[in-house]
Amino acid sequence: MAEVVELGKVQVRSAVQPDAKPMIELRKVNKWFGALHVLRDVSLTVRERERVVVCGPSGSGKSTMIRCINRLETHQEGQIIVDGIELTDDLRNIDAIRREVGMVFQSFNLFPHLTILENCTLAPIWVRKMPRKEAEELAMEFLTRVRIPEQAKKYPGQLSGGQQQRVAIARALCMRPKIMLFDEPTSALDPEMIKEVLDVMVELAESGMTMVVVTHEMGFARTVADRVVFMDRGEVVEVGPPNEFFGNPRSERLRTFLSQILGH
Amino acid sequence: MTPPSAEAATLGAAPALERRPPSFALGPLGWLRANLFSSWLSTAVTLVLFYLLVSWTLSFLSWAVVNAIWDVPGTGQRVDTSACRAARGEGACWALIGEKYRFILFGLYPFDEQWRPALAIVIFIALYVVSAMRRFWRKELALIWFAALTVIGVLMWGGVFGLPYVEQERWGGLVITLILATFGIALAFPLSILVALGRRQTSMPAVKALCVVYIELIRGVPLISLLFMASVMFPLFLPEGMNIDKLLRAQIAIILFAAAYLAEVVRGGLQAIPKGQYEAADALGLTYWQKTGLIVLPQALKISIPPLVNTFIGMFKDTSLVLIIGIYDLLNTAKTSIIEPAWQGFGVEAYLFVAAIYFVFCFAMSKYSQDLERELDKGRRR
Repeated sequence: MAEVVELGKVQVRSAVQPDAKPMIELRKVNKWFGALHVLRDVSLTVRERERVVVCGPSGSGKSTMIRCINRLETHQEGQIIVDGIELTDDLRNIDAIRREVGMVFQSFNLFPHLTILENCTLAPIWVRKMPRKEAEELAMEFLTRVRIPEQAKKYPGQLSGGQQQRVAIARALCMRPKIMLFDEPTSALDPEMIKEVLDVMVELAESGMTMVVVTHEMGFARTVADRVVFMDRGEVVEVGPPNEFFGNPRSERLRTFLSQILGH
Repeated sequence: MTPPSAEAATLGAAPALERRPPSFALGPLGWLRANLFSSWLSTAVTLVLFYLLVSWTLSFLSWAVVNAIWDVPGTGQRVDTSACRAARGEGACWALIGEKYRFILFGLYPFDEQWRPALAIVIFIALYVVSAMRRFWRKELALIWFAALTVIGVLMWGGVFGLPYVEQERWGGLVITLILATFGIALAFPLSILVALGRRQTSMPAVKALCVVYIELIRGVPLISLLFMASVMFPLFLPEGMNIDKLLRAQIAIILFAAAYLAEVVRGGLQAIPKGQYEAADALGLTYWQKTGLIVLPQALKISIPPLVNTFIGMFKDTSLVLIIGIYDLLNTAKTSIIEPAWQGFGVEAYLFVAAIYFVFCFAMSKYSQDLERELDKGRRR
């Protein structure tokens, strides 16, 4: 197997307490797009401060799974419990969960008609009812953490892809979420910008955030993940700590997948 | 094989210097050369069009200015328009405008009270100017509108503050056009946004169906037939003795008609917003109305500015159709002003006069929308 790209950092130490409560629980979740069965009996538990990386070939259902966690997609069977609240059609539950779950998208999805600062303050002001001044201070704090405070007055269209994705992370953090979801955050980036985004994510991991990350960046998975999940054709095929996952894959499907993405 | 010579000469040589473009491509001469005289054919077309433009301009000026009759003896019933008749075809009879402009602008409004519609027109225009300025785009603007429209209502109707009462049947001219257009746009636009949003509600089939039926029904009939319905059929459904005034009925017909068209324009803008914008707003926990008001509409309406203004301008001019149900708007008063035998045959002058008024309003809208687009684009492009 080829060398895994290192991020210039040693393994981030796990922050999970032995008695940590589960933050996300998926129990036998099933989902269909029309007749297409895209999630098949998916069960997964993510504990507080745990960092789970999800990988798998395209079309394996990993994005759909993560999008079910904050109800951007609805599941048809099974249970999803986030921070003690079960996701049902009840809008209050959905709103309550979305307030606590931040999400970062592949295509950034910044609001192009608002400045960087306004992108970050919008939800705290309107959803958390935070005073504008306080929201702006909070936004500047997080923009500083993702290392672009000087761009605050610009519009998203004036920033590079890597900068936009870092703003998207700051925007999600401004809601002070308990959980962060990342849906292929580096897939739409030019190669030279991937590292600046991953660095920010590694720092976030070091701060003890509960994270679920869908990504093909295996170096990131090795450095940061407490557990790595492999999905294929709508199923969770294998789950394990990175050492075992990469060093001693049990299933044939995972071995094939790893050899495809790592072994050139 | 490609000949390597030129490439080889460039490689390894000193870095290419930045140079100015060749002189023939610069300045006004460069522009003329590129756009008007680039070939013998384009030179010929340029010269022919230039000749036509000059000769038409000169003959129009001689009709409209040099040979024009500005004044005729007599006034009212005893006016003597023989000088105008003698000059027909040679010179314009602007005396008509001098004699009739108050009728064209104010219709049958009592002559001594015509300062009231005049002031109402000034208030309307002030309202447009204030609303156009972005620094007034605050909540207080709604109050300003409410106050201005109240003052206009008081001025037009009277009956209070010592102003004699003037019934609506006597209103006429420019003020009618402005009332119909202003209320038409101000009420049709918000309605159209609701209808456009409703048409996209896949989770609420009844709301969606209602919006589709409304849009398709209204778009499927001409405005004239709606106006006829409003003026002739609608009163039949009202209980005995109850009557809603004709202007109000026409106004409602115009609002409903315009809203159907505007709704489709707004829907076009809504469709251009990527799904990711909705998802990002959802993921942040914004409610439906927050998402719509803060994220979706600001972007959708900005892209829709050109077709929206297109529809606004169309609406402004379509208010002139109320003449067929006997409301004296600007076009109708112009048409009526040349009914007297003395002034018959001077339609060109009357219609040019009102055309100029329509043009000023429509061109202002068009110009403003271009500036607004540029303003909203500032700093938001890559």
